[in-house]
Amino acid sequence: MTTTSVDTTGRASHGSAAGPGPAAPAPGARRRQPRGTARQWTAFGFAAPLIAYLLVFYAYPLWRNVELSVHDYTVRAFVQGDPEFAGFSKYAEVFGSGSFGTAVVNTALFTVVSIVFQYSIGLALAVFFRGNFRLSGVLRALFLVPWLLPLIVSSSTWAWMLNSENGIVNSVIEAFGGEQINWLTSPDTALIAVIIANIWLGIPFNLVILYAGLQQVPPELYEAASLDGASARAQFWHITLPLLRPVSAITLLLGFIYTLKVVDVIWIMTTGGPGNASLTLAVWSYREAFGTGQPDFSPAAAIGNLLIVIALVFGFVHLRVQRIGGRS
Amino acid sequence: MTARPWWKTILGVVLTAIMLFPVYWMVNVSLTPTGELRKTQWFPVHPTLEGFESALSQQLPSLGTSLVVGAGCVLLTVVVAAPAGYALAILNLRGGRALNFLLLVAQMIPAVVMAMGFYAIYVRLGMLNTVWGLIIADSTIAVPFGVLLYTTFMAGIPRELMQAAHIDGAGAWRTFTKIVLPVSRNSTLTVALFAFLWAWSDFIFASTLNRSGEFVPITLGIYQYIGNNTTQWNAIMATAVVASLPAAILLVVAQRYVAAGVTAGAVKD
Repeated sequence: MTTTSVDTTGRASHGSAAGPGPAAPAPGARRRQPRGTARQWTAFGFAAPLIAYLLVFYAYPLWRNVELSVHDYTVRAFVQGDPEFAGFSKYAEVFGSGSFGTAVVNTALFTVVSIVFQYSIGLALAVFFRGNFRLSGVLRALFLVPWLLPLIVSSSTWAWMLNSENGIVNSVIEAFGGEQINWLTSPDTALIAVIIANIWLGIPFNLVILYAGLQQVPPELYEAASLDGASARAQFWHITLPLLRPVSAITLLLGFIYTLKVVDVIWIMTTGGPGNASLTLAVWSYREAFGTGQPDFSPAAAIGNLLIVIALVFGFVHLRVQRIGGRS
Repeated sequence: MTARPWWKTILGVVLTAIMLFPVYWMVNVSLTPTGELRKTQWFPVHPTLEGFESALSQQLPSLGTSLVVGAGCVLLTVVVAAPAGYALAILNLRGGRALNFLLLVAQMIPAVVMAMGFYAIYVRLGMLNTVWGLIIADSTIAVPFGVLLYTTFMAGIPRELMQAAHIDGAGAWRTFTKIVLPVSRNSTLTVALFAFLWAWSDFIFASTLNRSGEFVPITLGIYQYIGNNTTQWNAIMATAVVASLPAAILLVVAQRYVAAGVTAGAVKD
């Protein structure tokens, strides 16, 4: 009902525009200038809360963060507000630190391994759920649960499951004759443990996005391929994967950016330890600023700014790739 | 109708069970008596509510705090994001593309960086350990997402609807409140849902800006619990179960909006 009435009014307004009124509509964009500026002020008014919000609650904290990184902020300087200017010495300190190499390697391993597994498992599940079967909707919804749980809940559950003496994972391993693994307390396995938990956390996100991407692939393609006798495997490699490329690119990029900034999971499970065994850049930043009794904000802010730069570089690369992809 | 492949359903159930095993394990441990925690028990053979009793006796205030923070965050996010979406999608704000780009960039900023910036500001303003401070900080996770979601949806509202209102003499504000907002109800629900969940789940801001506050949210409650008594894992897991309830309820009640939010390029730290 409403849509039809709306349609008529819409058409009616077009009719009057063609009449004696304000002349032809399409090329007359410039004629609407006076109304245009008024409209712009209205638009600005509606956007004003957001602009103010971004300035006060985004730009200002980020600016403070830059300021932190180029000064020597001790706790005392924090309270008194008279830190010494340090230039880029805090950055030099970070780059020269013994933890830097470890943190970079761990960050790379953590993000790349997490994403590879999240994506491939997510894609396999998305393909599996594509063929509608009984209960598929319900099961797909249940797969979202890990993603919706507070990170502290899932991380502490994993920490307990991977506990050396009482954890379920070790008791299964021992039941099959294996040896107890000190998942969270041995430097050899701590990073693996947090990666496992993080893969589990990321699967739902990948599944949902890739599943939505699969819905866009016209089913006729698969029908035609089946008629031509293409196997399921061939269909996957020659239809699903190529057509899913744009969606895959977004999924991987978002996954990269989220994984880069993960703190909670690692902090709750291992606090980056033992030693630096599971220390990533984000966790290092958190540890310097808030994790020890002696907060050291300046290097922490420097590491944080480094993380922003990395994320931005990948963001720009993504935008460029997307633009090139859009042109072709 | 083609034959329904039962093997797929069975496989699907098995896969879901594997995926949800940690969740099951959390519930299982939460029901285990303290004395039996050291043995591995696949089922709560002697289920007890002692974990829940000690969890609730200690964590009730923090549940309340989390509710308040979540609600405040929803309100702040919608109030900022909905008009901005209107300006970007319908009023064609000049510089809208740049603003959109800034919002995308904003989503890339690690929470730990924001936490440090907020910490430095809050120290001066005396806003550390306040519920207000936490609401503002938590809303930074949801606002960019909210604006982008509103903009995408509102751009799809038929222009005829707005033109009709214009002919009836409605100004921009009236069009916004009487037409655009009601039509965008689903987007508001999605935005509200995620703003609430993210605020409820937040750990980084809570653990930095509200560490020693009188009112700590439930995530911090669990964290402090882990630090205090590492032996009483049934109580910790019971608290975790309680902290998961909003997510579970929302998934059942509003699954549609959850899926909509994730595919809109949802963000999670």
